Amino acid sequence: MDHIPDIFGQLPKAASTLAPSVDWLFQFIFWISVVMFVLIVGTMLVFVAKYRAKPGQKPTAPGGSHLKLELVWTFAPLLLLAMLFHLGFKGYVFAAVAPAGALEFRVRAKKWNWEFEYPSGTREGSLLVVPVHQPVKLIMSSDDVLHSFYVPEFRIKRDVVPGMYSTVWFQATEVGEYQVYCTEYCGTSHSGMLAKVRVVTPEQYRIFLRDQDRPPPGKTQAEWGEQLFASNSCTTCHHVEAGAPPGVGPNLRGVIGTQQPLEGGGTALADLAYVRESILRPQAKIVRGYGNAQMSAFVLADSRIEAIYAYLETLH
Amino acid sequence: MANEAQIAVLAPIDAAHATTDRDFYAESSGIKNWIVTLDHKRIGLMYLTSVILSFIAGGVFALLIRIELLSRGQTIMDADTYNQVFTLHGAIMVFLFIIPSVPAALGNFLLPIVLGAKDVAFPRLNLMSFYIYVLGAIMALASMIIGSVDTGWTFYTPYSSSSDVGSQNAVIWMTGAVFVLGFSSILTGVNFIATIHKMRAPGQHWKRLPLFVWATYATSVIQVLATPVLAITLLLLIMERGFGLGIFDPRLGGDPVLFQHFFWFYSHPAVYIMILPGMGIVSEIIATFSRRPIFGYMFVAMSSVALALLGFLVWGHHMFTSGQSEYSTMVFSGLTFLVAIPSGVKVLNWVATLYQGQIVLATPMLYALAFIVLFSIGGLTGLTLGTLSVDIHLHDTYYVVAHFHYVMVGGTVFAFFGGLHYWWPKMTGKLYDERMAKVAFWIFFVGFNVTFLSQFVMGSRGMPRRYYDYLPQFEELHRFSSVGAFIIGIGILLMIVVFVRSAIGGPKSPPNPWGSAGFEWQTTSPPPLENFPRTPIMTRGPYDYHLATEAELYSGFPEDFQKSEPSKS
Repeated sequence: MDHIPDIFGQLPKAASTLAPSVDWLFQFIFWISVVMFVLIVGTMLVFVAKYRAKPGQKPTAPGGSHLKLELVWTFAPLLLLAMLFHLGFKGYVFAAVAPAGALEFRVRAKKWNWEFEYPSGTREGSLLVVPVHQPVKLIMSSDDVLHSFYVPEFRIKRDVVPGMYSTVWFQATEVGEYQVYCTEYCGTSHSGMLAKVRVVTPEQYRIFLRDQDRPPPGKTQAEWGEQLFASNSCTTCHHVEAGAPPGVGPNLRGVIGTQQPLEGGGTALADLAYVRESILRPQAKIVRGYGNAQMSAFVLADSRIEAIYAYLETLH
Repeated sequence: MANEAQIAVLAPIDAAHATTDRDFYAESSGIKNWIVTLDHKRIGLMYLTSVILSFIAGGVFALLIRIELLSRGQTIMDADTYNQVFTLHGAIMVFLFIIPSVPAALGNFLLPIVLGAKDVAFPRLNLMSFYIYVLGAIMALASMIIGSVDTGWTFYTPYSSSSDVGSQNAVIWMTGAVFVLGFSSILTGVNFIATIHKMRAPGQHWKRLPLFVWATYATSVIQVLATPVLAITLLLLIMERGFGLGIFDPRLGGDPVLFQHFFWFYSHPAVYIMILPGMGIVSEIIATFSRRPIFGYMFVAMSSVALALLGFLVWGHHMFTSGQSEYSTMVFSGLTFLVAIPSGVKVLNWVATLYQGQIVLATPMLYALAFIVLFSIGGLTGLTLGTLSVDIHLHDTYYVVAHFHYVMVGGTVFAFFGGLHYWWPKMTGKLYDERMAKVAFWIFFVGFNVTFLSQFVMGSRGMPRRYYDYLPQFEELHRFSSVGAFIIGIGILLMIVVFVRSAIGGPKSPPNPWGSAGFEWQTTSPPPLENFPRTPIMTRGPYDYHLATEAELYSGFPEDFQKSEPSKS
């Protein structure tokens, strides 16, 4: 039996080469558990119904020794447990060792954004585009605290630990878009630290790489900038709505072309050079009142920074 | 003499030891006599009051979490507040409620009584451990007042040790509080071990110990051995946060995964500090309300010891995705499966005890049976989590949240409430309204399953835990779960009403309202200052219904028994 139907809809869609074996094991344990639960609780209920105290009943002498029974239920489950251990470990080893020749991506996690560096060197926020049926290996690091990379549809999860590299791999089996979650608590916007894995055909992947540093077809530079502003999670800390309360960082509506007061005195003109510096080296010139906000650096291609600038210019 | 019939089998060594038959409440009164008391029963009741207040506080935070999650986006609080609320829910429930709940509150009250002792081995140490607990609770409260702690109850580094998180001092206060609470736990453990070894009444040998005592013994061993590790860990964390000493933070040359090893080296055994005493209570209740010895007594007793030992060897199963070595992961998974054996042995023996029993479905028994049902779900879902490849998918999702709530609430809290109902007449000398108590039980039971069954499904579908906001596909299940939380709230509220009404105007309880053969029921309700009028001699085990006299099993008032069977007195 290589597939156990998920009749209670407990698992998300299976979209990686790892998923079917995990699902089989999950369902297998689930049904064994159901059987054991029914046996235990059923027996209990039968006894409770059958052996009610009757008035005037004298206590009965306890039964004899049941050493055999005790030994059976102490040691018999070991067989099942050993089997579960074995199957689980087999799947774990499969998930731990990436096949040779896997496509490698660098993943940087920081509060509260996933940044994916493509083999070309381009960095994309919150979006990982990968070809279908191709093993993909992620080499992950964290700029600040613990994070964890989780894609339910692929059944993979791996902590991203500051001070070390951790890796995870998958081979997608179906074209589509899959949710990435951060599953290690990391502060204020932990639940907003989301990203997408977009699985495409090899042909679409080639086109994606070619056009990565230009505005997508049919979009102006400013529209692309707006998209990048969101995908790099700038919106997590910077509001852009008029009159919105300040977030972790300053509201960016109407700042382009104005003088901004800085921490430690002085002002800076918010022009392209300043925006570029603030993205690449956020701690260089901090706007007054935001000295405690520790924005980390976003290494973006110049065409992307210009697009974001073009977008910010449209905000009056 | 009213007491004569009560200790017929527990024959007096020396009639001169007979003390007064006033109960311990009447012995002295006034607030001063409570706060400096050395009586284990009063200390137990002071603990009981404190842990119940903590439970209510933790419960209010739980309801706030569930209200916030009723709908997507902001419902009643912002993300930072939510993060503080779930941190407080976890920290209060674990450190101020569950860990001291059964051992320090019920254990303190009952342990010397069932051993036939006058008090614990070190009464002054006992009082001191209570005040250390109070100091810890005050420090935890201080951390809420002076700032915010949003690290989660696990205090994972480097989040908890970086200075831009929470407010600097609040995290130190909260970890300091947990550090101090640990000492209370250690002292209680030491005291109980000494008491069980040295204070048993004549005839109370190890094979006659109530299973509650075996469980308490195993728990105390863990408390003494594991808690110092938590203390060291938190001290290192405080040093790192306060003085920049690099232990866990990679920016200072430390290793964040090391913290997880240290933390779970305590906190996994702590899971058994939480569940073992609950299992002890269930054994007592099942024996009493089946009027039979616990089936496989020695296996049940030894499974407590086995759980205590195995509990030390499985901490790494909290870290399967953490980046620890694959070899450790393999070993920890294998050892984790072994935990299923003693847990299963207990459940099967309890069910076997019911066979040919004389079962009475009183409120405590309902709680004990609910324990079997809920703990089975908690335990069986643990198999899924121990299985490596499946755990990777489920780790840090609501599946884990549901799993440990089935063990901690479905297990420990149900057992604690079962024990509270069971021993309430002994502790207060009052009976409670059985019918209302059962209604409260059923509301709690239904609410609990509504809340947490839905979380299993959410989790296996991929909903991560500690999320302030969630994606649309989880909204329905979150709502369902939140409704369940309110049902629980109503059940608990009703239970509190039942107890308050009993305490104020409940009818007087006979010494042994359940007709139990247990030793604690062979003295008055409430017991006199030194528990028995004279040191008892145990001539049978606590579950030997066939050896107990009719007087010992009589559930009414001794006067009535003497009237009905004058020849016996």
